[in-house]
Amino acid sequence: MPSIAENFFGFIGKKTRPFLKDIHDISKIINDIFYWSFVSPFKGTPVRLPATINEMVKAGYNSVPIISVISFFIGIILAFQAAYQLKKVGALIYVANLVGVSLTRELAPIMTAIIVSGRSGSAYAAEIGSMKAAEEVDALISMGINPVRFIVVPKLMALMVMVPALTIFSDLIGILGGFTLSVSILEIHPYNYFQQTVNALLVKDVFTGLLKAWAFGIVITAVGAYQGFKVTGGAEEVGRRTTSAVVVSIFLVIVFDLFFTALFYYFT
Amino acid sequence: MKNAIEVRNLVTHYGEREILKNISFSVPKGMTTVILGGSGCGKSTLLKHLIGLLRPTKGEIVIGGNDITLMDEAEMNEVRKKMGVLFQGAALLNSMSILDNVALPMREHTKLNESTMEIMVRMKLDLVGLSGFDNFFPSQLSGGMKKRAGLARALALDPELLFFDEPSAGLDPVTAAGLDELILKLNKVFRMTIVVVTHELPSVFAIADYVIMLDKGDVLFCGTLEELRKSDHPRIKMFLERKPEEETYSPEDYFRVIAGE
Repeated sequence: MPSIAENFFGFIGKKTRPFLKDIHDISKIINDIFYWSFVSPFKGTPVRLPATINEMVKAGYNSVPIISVISFFIGIILAFQAAYQLKKVGALIYVANLVGVSLTRELAPIMTAIIVSGRSGSAYAAEIGSMKAAEEVDALISMGINPVRFIVVPKLMALMVMVPALTIFSDLIGILGGFTLSVSILEIHPYNYFQQTVNALLVKDVFTGLLKAWAFGIVITAVGAYQGFKVTGGAEEVGRRTTSAVVVSIFLVIVFDLFFTALFYYFT
Repeated sequence: MKNAIEVRNLVTHYGEREILKNISFSVPKGMTTVILGGSGCGKSTLLKHLIGLLRPTKGEIVIGGNDITLMDEAEMNEVRKKMGVLFQGAALLNSMSILDNVALPMREHTKLNESTMEIMVRMKLDLVGLSGFDNFFPSQLSGGMKKRAGLARALALDPELLFFDEPSAGLDPVTAAGLDELILKLNKVFRMTIVVVTHELPSVFAIADYVIMLDKGDVLFCGTLEELRKSDHPRIKMFLERKPEEETYSPEDYFRVIAGE
């Protein structure tokens, strides 16, 4: 019969060991992803270019419609909300500043990242998870092909390019949305609005937004891949892992956003 | 007689549970060896160790003179280029056509140009009887055809060692016999060393030169097919004559089991 002390330490051990294993698995996959993306191409094993382009089309080009509609609406909403306050002090022209700066610095990167994690992050987890369940990952290993290099690296390259690209696109469409509302309902002169936006925006605003978007791309791929490779069972687990891929990547995107925003606040 | 694979004192665990209990055997070169055993005896786990998917708790697995349990990933990949594996569900990549699937090992490990590769792929597909299916996708093929395509992929780099995980699982008797024919042909014509994991008796008698029988994580028998037939070990006889396991419960034991003690 184990004593109370033994039970107590047994309990701690039972709770800690799986946690430590998770930490180990996460660091292993991050290590693998970075090794096969940034180190091994210089050692003679290149990134699979056709697969990368294919992933770019799937993650980037195919999400242009949804990103444009959402960005346009966000631009209109921002202009409305800004006008609600600025109208009271007779400074309606500053709607342009608010729309431009908040979109490029914050809203465009984060909205893009959330849409991409919903579309691509979940797809990555489901794809890798079902490959794992159907022994396809084992087959790759047995052919001497590293599954991270084969499956994950093209996706990472694609998102590192496409999330910033979609963010630029979202910036432009969002500003267009704010512009449309301002020149019609708020009756601001189009040229004034344009001038005000150009004067308000700094290169650093756009650039910090893009840097964040780039980091979000890495986060979304890493989470999707981690959840996919964790699948050991069948279809039910693939579903569960897909859900948590989306939840965890949105959560981490916001955590990283906080981190970068704080960093840029003090250091730019 | 030279050995292609030698396994010495192999012990493995899944978590706390011991799966293989200190087993040793060797696989002769140029022959078809069947690893036989009931469900849950550890034969699939053993196969995963032989192809380097799992690392054992302790023991040695010597392939081509080197212990693969001590190798790093790069050295292991060199060994893997000389082996082909046909998985139970064929494990073709569903996002690629049959041609791309079979060409995959060549694309990754050789510098052949595209047209040479396509010719070689067609040769492999012809060998397994799938000519004309290059542009099909795995989802468009039947179970037996998928396995043939998986075999063509396993043969892509002309391996010296070929592993089969339950080749006849889920196939009708005619298709399964066709696959057995193919295994025999590969062994006789190309002198490949073939290791087949299975529990299907008809296919064992059709293809095996050498048999290793596992039971509850131990090697029960190791020898030629003739010796297996003559063996009078009760467990082997039970397996060969398809007798169910004896009921070992006494009424008191049964009561204890259902009471959850």
